[in-house]
Amino acid sequence: MTIVRIGAGAGFQGDRIAPAVDLAERGNLDFLVFECLAERTIALAQQARLKTPEAGFDPLLARRLRAVLPGCVRNGTRIVTNMGAANPQGAAACAARVARDLGLSVKIAAVMGDDVVDRIGPFGLEETGQPAADLGARLVSANAYIGCRGIVAALDAGADIVICGRASDPALFLAPLVHRFGWAMDDWDRLGRGTLVGHMLECAAQVTGGYFADPGRKSVPDLANIGFPLAEVSEDGNAVLTKLPGTGGVVSRATCTEQLLYEIHDPARYLQPDVVADFSRVQITEIGPDRVALTGASGSAATGLLKVSVGYRDGWLGEGQISYAGAQCVARGELALGLLQERLSICGDRIAEARGDLIGWNAIAPGVTRRAMDLPEVRLRYAARCLDQDTAQQVAEEVESLYLCGPAAGGGVSRQVREIIGIAAALMPADLVPVRFEMTEVSHETA
Amino acid sequence: MKLHELAHARTGDKGDISNISVIAYRAEDWPLLQERVTEARVAAYLGHADPAVVTRYVLPQLQAMNFVIRGALTGGVTRSLALDAHGKCLASVLLEMEV
Repeated sequence: MTIVRIGAGAGFQGDRIAPAVDLAERGNLDFLVFECLAERTIALAQQARLKTPEAGFDPLLARRLRAVLPGCVRNGTRIVTNMGAANPQGAAACAARVARDLGLSVKIAAVMGDDVVDRIGPFGLEETGQPAADLGARLVSANAYIGCRGIVAALDAGADIVICGRASDPALFLAPLVHRFGWAMDDWDRLGRGTLVGHMLECAAQVTGGYFADPGRKSVPDLANIGFPLAEVSEDGNAVLTKLPGTGGVVSRATCTEQLLYEIHDPARYLQPDVVADFSRVQITEIGPDRVALTGASGSAATGLLKVSVGYRDGWLGEGQISYAGAQCVARGELALGLLQERLSICGDRIAEARGDLIGWNAIAPGVTRRAMDLPEVRLRYAARCLDQDTAQQVAEEVESLYLCGPAAGGGVSRQVREIIGIAAALMPADLVPVRFEMTEVSHETA
Repeated sequence: MKLHELAHARTGDKGDISNISVIAYRAEDWPLLQERVTEARVAAYLGHADPAVVTRYVLPQLQAMNFVIRGALTGGVTRSLALDAHGKCLASVLLEMEV
C-alpha cells in the first residue's frame, strides 16, 4: 500500500527553522510544506512590492530554503509553500539563486492567479455590504484563496519546489496528495479527507503540543525542542499523524481534537475552494506513542465561490503603555486613563476609535465578571485608530508625557505609531480566477 | 466547579469571528458539559448582550463542542485595538466559568 509522507515545515511567517531542517534531514518525507501567510501578510507584502518591484515575497524565503534544500534534494522531498505572497515569480527567482549557490539542480514553479485586485471592484465586502470599488485609493490588495489545481499542475510537470501566493492553507497539503494519488477533483470524500490532513498540519507545532501546555492540567514533555508534525497518508485519504522520534512535544487525542476545531466554524461545512469538507464525524484514535489515526472525514461539492481577502488602508494606530505598581496601582492607572481621554478630546473626530486598558486587570476580557483583588502591578495601555499619522503620534506622545505630568510612579513607557492595513472579505466566482504556473530550471553540472 | 476542571479549550479566529473549542477530559463528563455549557451561558459569561451571536456545534464522538462567536473581536485582528487582537486568550477566560 502506498503511503505518502507529508510534513509541516512552518505554521506561520516567523516560525522556527530548525524543526523543518530536522524533517528535511531524517523525515523520509515525500513533501515538506511551509505555510507562512497570515490574513494581513499579503497586503503588507503588496505594499512592499509597490515600493520595490522585486520585493513582496516572504523575506525569510532564502533563509528557510538554504537550511532545508540540501536535505530535501538528497532525500527526494519536494517543497510546497505560499511564501510567494504578493510576488511568486520574484520568490522563484530568489529560490533559484539559493539553489545555484548551493550547487543543487531543481525545478521551481511559481503559481500565479490569486491576485484579483483588477477585478474586485464590483464585489461587495462582507463587513460593509458596499462594493470594494468604494474603497477608492485606500484599496491595497485583493487576493483570492485559490485551491490546489495550480499546485497540482506544477507538481505534475515535475516541480521540486512550488511557490504560490494566497492559496487556502489546507490546499497546500491537499495538492501533493491529489498529485501523488491521482484523486479526481470530484472525489469529494477523498478531497475532504485530504483537507483534514492539511488542516491538522498547517499550524505545525500547534498539533504537537504547542499552544497546548498548561502546567498541572496538560503537560507537554520537552517543549523547548518541540518537533513539527508529519502525516502518513493512505490512498483513501485517511492518515496517521505523528512527529519524529527524539523531538519534544506530544501528539495525542487531546492535541489533535484542539487542532481539529481550530479556526473552524460549522465542522460539517468547512468551506474550501476545492471541496466543502465535513469534519463532524472525524474519529481521533491513539494507536501508539505520539501516533494518532485520523479517520471519518468526508466532503461534498465545492461552492464554486472563492473567498477574497481585500486589504485596505484604515488609518493610523497610535499606542502607548506605562506601568504602575504597589497599593492603589489600579486607581492610579484609572486616573491616567481619565487624563488621556481629557487631553486627547482636542483631537475630536480625528480619533475614530480609542481604547484604554489596564493590563493585568481588564485588557483581555473587559466584559467578563471578575473578582476584586489586590494587584501588585498593572500596565496601562492606550490605543487609538486615527485618521492621520500626526494624530496617532499625538496619542503616543500623550502616553509618554504621563512620566512627568501623570500619576505617581509611572514607569517603563513604550509607544508605537504605524499605519493600519485592514482586511475585509468578499466572494468571487472561481471561474473568474484562472491559475497558471511558470517553471524555472536550475541545472548544476557535477564536476 | 470551574469549567477547567472538566475540559480543555482552544481559541481560533477568522476576521471578526472567534471560535472556542471545549473538550471533555473524561468521556463521563460529556453529558454534564452538554447540559451546562450552553450558547446562552457562554454568551452571558463573555459579556455579549445578545445570545444569538453564539452558535454551538457538538461532536459527541470526541466529547467536544465548538462555540462560534460573531462580532467577538472588535473588528478582527487587522483593525482591532485590543491587546490580544486574535482573542487567543479567550479560551482561558471561558475555562474560568462556573459549571
